[in-house]
Amino acid sequence: MLEKRFFRKPKNELEHAGNGQSSRQNQPSVPDDLYVSCPECKQSILKADMEENGFVCPKCSHHFSMTARRRIQILTDAGSFNELFSDLSPTNLLDFPGYDEKLRKAQAESGEQEGVICGTAQIGGYPVALFVMDPGFILGSMGTIVGEKITRLFEYAAAQKLPVIGYTVSGGARMQEGILSLMQMAKTSGAVKLHSDAGLLYITVLTNPTTGGVTASFAMEGDIILAEPKALVAFAGPRVIEQTIRQKLPSGFQRAEFLLEKGFVDAIVHRNDQKSYLTTILKLHQKHCEGKGAM
Amino acid sequence: MANLSLNSVKESYASVKESMKEIMQPYAEKVQPYARVLAARAKNRPTSQSFIAGLTEDFLEFHGDRRFGDDAAIIAGVARINDMPITVIGIEKGITLQESIKRNFGAAHPEGYRKALRLMKQAEKFHRPVLCIVDTSGAYCGIGAEERGQGQAIAENLMEMMTLKTPVISLLIGEGGSGGALALAVADQVWMMENSIYSVISPEGCASILWKDSQKMQEAAEHLKLTAQDLFDMGVVEQIIPESSPKEFSKVYAVLKTMLYDSFQSAMQKPVDELVANRYQRFRQMGIQ
Repeated sequence: MLEKRFFRKPKNELEHAGNGQSSRQNQPSVPDDLYVSCPECKQSILKADMEENGFVCPKCSHHFSMTARRRIQILTDAGSFNELFSDLSPTNLLDFPGYDEKLRKAQAESGEQEGVICGTAQIGGYPVALFVMDPGFILGSMGTIVGEKITRLFEYAAAQKLPVIGYTVSGGARMQEGILSLMQMAKTSGAVKLHSDAGLLYITVLTNPTTGGVTASFAMEGDIILAEPKALVAFAGPRVIEQTIRQKLPSGFQRAEFLLEKGFVDAIVHRNDQKSYLTTILKLHQKHCEGKGAM
Repeated sequence: MANLSLNSVKESYASVKESMKEIMQPYAEKVQPYARVLAARAKNRPTSQSFIAGLTEDFLEFHGDRRFGDDAAIIAGVARINDMPITVIGIEKGITLQESIKRNFGAAHPEGYRKALRLMKQAEKFHRPVLCIVDTSGAYCGIGAEERGQGQAIAENLMEMMTLKTPVISLLIGEGGSGGALALAVADQVWMMENSIYSVISPEGCASILWKDSQKMQEAAEHLKLTAQDLFDMGVVEQIIPESSPKEFSKVYAVLKTMLYDSFQSAMQKPVDELVANRYQRFRQMGIQ
């Protein structure tokens, strides 16, 4: 039997990665009406209050899923975000059946070309290079363009001597792009190493859920690894493990608090505290964060 | 690199090629890519220990990651090819059932990947080339593997292998299952045995996720482009090594050994910075249209 906890009201569409369907209209956490029901405390809350509170339940602090663009909006200093590589858009490299339609649908629903947004910005006055993955774009999966954009960002940041802050959310490598998506794990890791060897700072913030090929590459390669409360962070998702070992998983398994206990994240930071937390880290690394004045 | 070209290797195999029919015969009724998948998983297929015995002399196995334990799914140590010392690391599925159980059927835990990295760093220190032999359905999916950071272990290998200051060749001999295979395949060159496969997901997993029907694995195998030829055409691997029947694999080893020796010799002549820069570029251009 699967543990009920993993199938409680969906916190986000990625936990149901299995059905290959993602629709923002069906996203139970953010319906289009006035109230939403919090999947954690089950209370009815005003959607506007929840959004005002950074997509966090004002009653129990449950962190709702949010789009990459909203995240950038609340995280960066007003007017400082300058998007990079937005012209890159994915194609059906392997002529995989159904992939063209899936891409078109994801683009139409999200208004984005791909599942990651890259750019430069200021956080608390400090210049940074930033990438934020989008949970709604084919389950936040990593295809070749996601890999290419992130690689370019690290190369750009290395050249401009900027720190990188990366928000991860992903169902893993995008299987419709076959081996070429797997290769993005190596490619992005190479770019992280290049940036790291230049003595520059990289901070990752793991959000719910971060799994598969993203966990096994740039998500876990930060100098400092932060996580949002209760975020699922895994290499293999709970359902895959339960199918493999045919036993129930322990309570809280693969949640951020579990990773903290096991030594794989530096700290769990509430979404509303992240901006000041990141600002303090940047301040403490000021010598390594000055940038080349490219802002 | 002064490699034997694919064609010259194939010519030297003219007689051996005949026995390929014997290997593929049981799968003749399956559609082509899936027949390769079955051949790659075949029980009588030579495993890493057979390759190590066939390709190297004086192999000494070294154990443990110095952090948690020793993972029997990965065999690693030092050996030599002719007069050249190398570090060799192979994912081992096991031959008998009992051995396969001990080796977790070639599904490694984080400590296996950490042992591999430890020995790669040792190879870097003593500037000897590294041969990685890959044969896994994937990194293990289990409680202990997650608790000990399977994702982190793989990620660290990807990052560290990219700048390892010594030549690395990865050889896929059977299954190349996703991140668990890639964790030993960030190399200067990746070679595939003719009947090996390399994929982001198993055809069964892909069919079950996309079409809710794991029986559509033949279709999935076709679309995933996972055969050695597909990957060669996409520029993901540099060499396809023709095979013979498992009984006559010594002929394969003889050719492969020459190819490895020549490639490592030529790589050792190159400045290390150039080697590392080429490795970065090798992966950097993948997926750019």
